[in-house]
Formats: sequence, C-alpha cells, structure tokens
Amino acid sequence: MSATSLRRWSWVHTWSSLVCTAFLLLLCLTGLPLIFHHEIEDLTGHGGPPPMAAGTPHTDLDRVVATGLARRPGEVVQYLIWDRDEPDSIWLSLAPSRTAPVSELHGVVVDARTAQVLDEPGKGEGFMFWMFRLHVDLFAGLPGKLFLGAMGLLFVAAIVSGVVLYGPFMRKLEFGTVRRDRSRRLRWLDLHNLLGVVTLTWALVVGGTGVINTLADLVIEAWRRDQLAEMVAPYRALPPVATLGSVERAVAAARAAAPGMTPYFVAYPETSFSSAHHYAVFMRGVTPLTSRLLTPALVDAATGEVTAMRSMPWYATALFVSQPLHFGDYGGMPLKILWALLDLATMIVLGSGLYLFVVRRRAGRRAAIAAAE
Amino acid sequence: MSAAQSRKAGSTWAAPGLLALASLIGLLAALLGDGAWDVLSWLGLGAPVVVIARIWGGRRG
Repeated sequence: MSATSLRRWSWVHTWSSLVCTAFLLLLCLTGLPLIFHHEIEDLTGHGGPPPMAAGTPHTDLDRVVATGLARRPGEVVQYLIWDRDEPDSIWLSLAPSRTAPVSELHGVVVDARTAQVLDEPGKGEGFMFWMFRLHVDLFAGLPGKLFLGAMGLLFVAAIVSGVVLYGPFMRKLEFGTVRRDRSRRLRWLDLHNLLGVVTLTWALVVGGTGVINTLADLVIEAWRRDQLAEMVAPYRALPPVATLGSVERAVAAARAAAPGMTPYFVAYPETSFSSAHHYAVFMRGVTPLTSRLLTPALVDAATGEVTAMRSMPWYATALFVSQPLHFGDYGGMPLKILWALLDLATMIVLGSGLYLFVVRRRAGRRAAIAAAE
Repeated sequence: MSAAQSRKAGSTWAAPGLLALASLIGLLAALLGDGAWDVLSWLGLGAPVVVIARIWGGRRG
C-alpha cells in the first residue's frame, strides 16, 4: 500500500472511530444487561405462567382481553402479543386511545389458559427501562434512533478502515503477537489490533443490524404507504370501525387462512400496524428462520372475515431477520454469554483505540515542541 | 505483487480469515435450526473468544 493511501485510511480510521467511540461505549455498556433482559426480568419478579399440565388448552381470547381491560378501565387494546419463549403468556398493550403513541402503552400480561393476570410491568421506570431507552433512542424518539444509526455507520467505517490498516501493520508480525516487553503504547497497539481483527465479523454484523434496527419506524411507515394501503384500498372512504367484533374469531379466521403458521401478534384497528378497519393478525412460520418471516392477515374487525393477506415486503423482512442477529437471543444461554464476552472485547477495542489516539497526540505535540526549541 | 509478498499477505490473513469464517458460521447456524445448529453456533462464535482468552492469558498464537 502506498504511503498516501495508508495515510488516508489512517485518517478515516482515526476520525470515524473518534466521533463514535463515546456513543459506542454507551451502546456496549447498556447492551450488556439487555442481552439478558429475559433472565433479569424473571429474577426481579416478573414471573412466567405457573406450571400446569402440558397441553392445557388456551381459553377464549376475548376473555383474555376482557381481563386486561378490566385492569385499566376506560382504556383500549392496541396490540395482543404471544410471547415467543412463553407460549402460555399473552402480552396486552393498552392505551388511552387506539391512536395513542407508543410512549402511552401500558402492558398487562395474561395467562392464555386461565385468563388470570400474571403481571403488570411498570411503565417508564426501573433499571432495564433506562438501559433500553439509552440503548435505543437516548430518550429522544426517532431523531435519537437515527442519530445512533449514524454513529453505527461510523462504527462500521471504523471497522472497515481498521481491517485495511491491519495488513500493513501486521506485515512483520506473527498473528497474536503482543509485545509486552516494550512500551505500554506498543502493547496496547498489539492488543487493539488483535482484539479488533478477532471480533471483526461479530462487530460488523451486530453493528450493521443495529443500524438497520434504527430504521424500524421508517420501515413500518413505508409498509403502511406501500402494501397496507393497497390491501385496504376498498375501505378508504369508510369511517373507522365503531364496534369491534370478536378477536378470538378474527384469529381463528387468520389461522384458517394461513395453515402451518402461528399467530405472532394482533394489531388492533387504527394502530401503526393496521388500518382503521381491520384486526391485522401477523402470522409467522414455526422454524427458527421462518419464525422471522411475517405474513399479516387483515381481518375485517366488524365481520371477522379475512379480506387480504400478503407476506411482508423484502425491506420489512430484512428488519425482522436482522433483529435476532442484533439481540443474540436465538441460540440459548451459551450464545448470550458469547454475545456478552464479545461485547466486552469490543469495549476493550474502543477503549484502547481512544488511549492510542491520546498517547500519539501527546507524543506528536512533544515532538513539535522539541523541534521548535 | 511478488510471490514473496503474496505469501506474506496470505500468512497475515490466514488466522483472522479462519476466525472470521468461524464467526460467520456461528452467527448463521442458530438462525437455521435448533439443537445441533445451536451447538455449531456456540463453537463458531466460541473460536474468537477462545483465541482472545489464550492470548490474554499470555500464550502466543
């Protein structure tokens, strides 16, 4: 590599990482407890459904919904979600109105077999809530998400330029060399290069899928304007549905229309994931991969009939497939532990990079002063 | 690029390339299935972690 291009890549590496390092350290730090959010919530008393005989049948969904609504009089259901890991738990998202923003949603967890309330997680409080908001949007909504997405892009640029620089730097060194007997700077330079190149693939994938996740709101909006608008075109002139029909019947109709699939969540009329006239029953596959591929069945909320059903477009599928690759929640506890260890290694790469920058800057200033004297 | 240089580049990237491949297999395996696929993913992503632990502990390569 020529001296000029080496200098240019070095400039890209220095400045892309310098701008994003503080935020990436925050993301790594807040991401650590989020990897284990399920386990932490179990520990802190958000218990799962009590054990009952395997295969105990589920009760009528309308009963489940009535239980949730009774807990919060005057509110309405926005979403009904089946827990991926606890198939007997149903999460109801309630809000003061059907169009209330996400920040006003309040969760009630109901046992799908007995319609008993299992939990009412507090809204906007607790350690995990803070970790989550700092990780996702810095408490700043969509602009916060997009800002963190831009930091993620810089992180990817830092990784790519770091890989380009790795070759020339390691030309004379064997893989894994750490020069411990020379200066502290050299030791940390070797560790930075080593840890950086070893965690390269994981950091690129988790960073890249993190960037995709920051676009979630925009992806859903694009789907609404694109496919959803086409699917509900016949309803365009009608006022929003006044009286909701049975959600149990709507889900049964969706199941019948999508054999071999299982319901993932129901979006009520007028919410972000549905039209003003439908229960959108999002069906998913049952294998690890197809469980990320969603097909919404739109069920007329008044008549209970499926009026349209179409797989989500490629850009939404990209979002849903990228989510597990960011969360690390798809391969049991050993995968989560590896995720945490690689997260810690990435923090060392970030910290050592910052240290190397400061030390070199100081050395440069000393050399300049010496030259001036 | 001369033969000597390309051999050098090959040896510089041999270990990192293998680790990148192992990581990629690890990341994808658990998406494709359960059981044995999960185990494959632990092995794949475990490789870089083991390398870090060994070098951190003072052993080279």
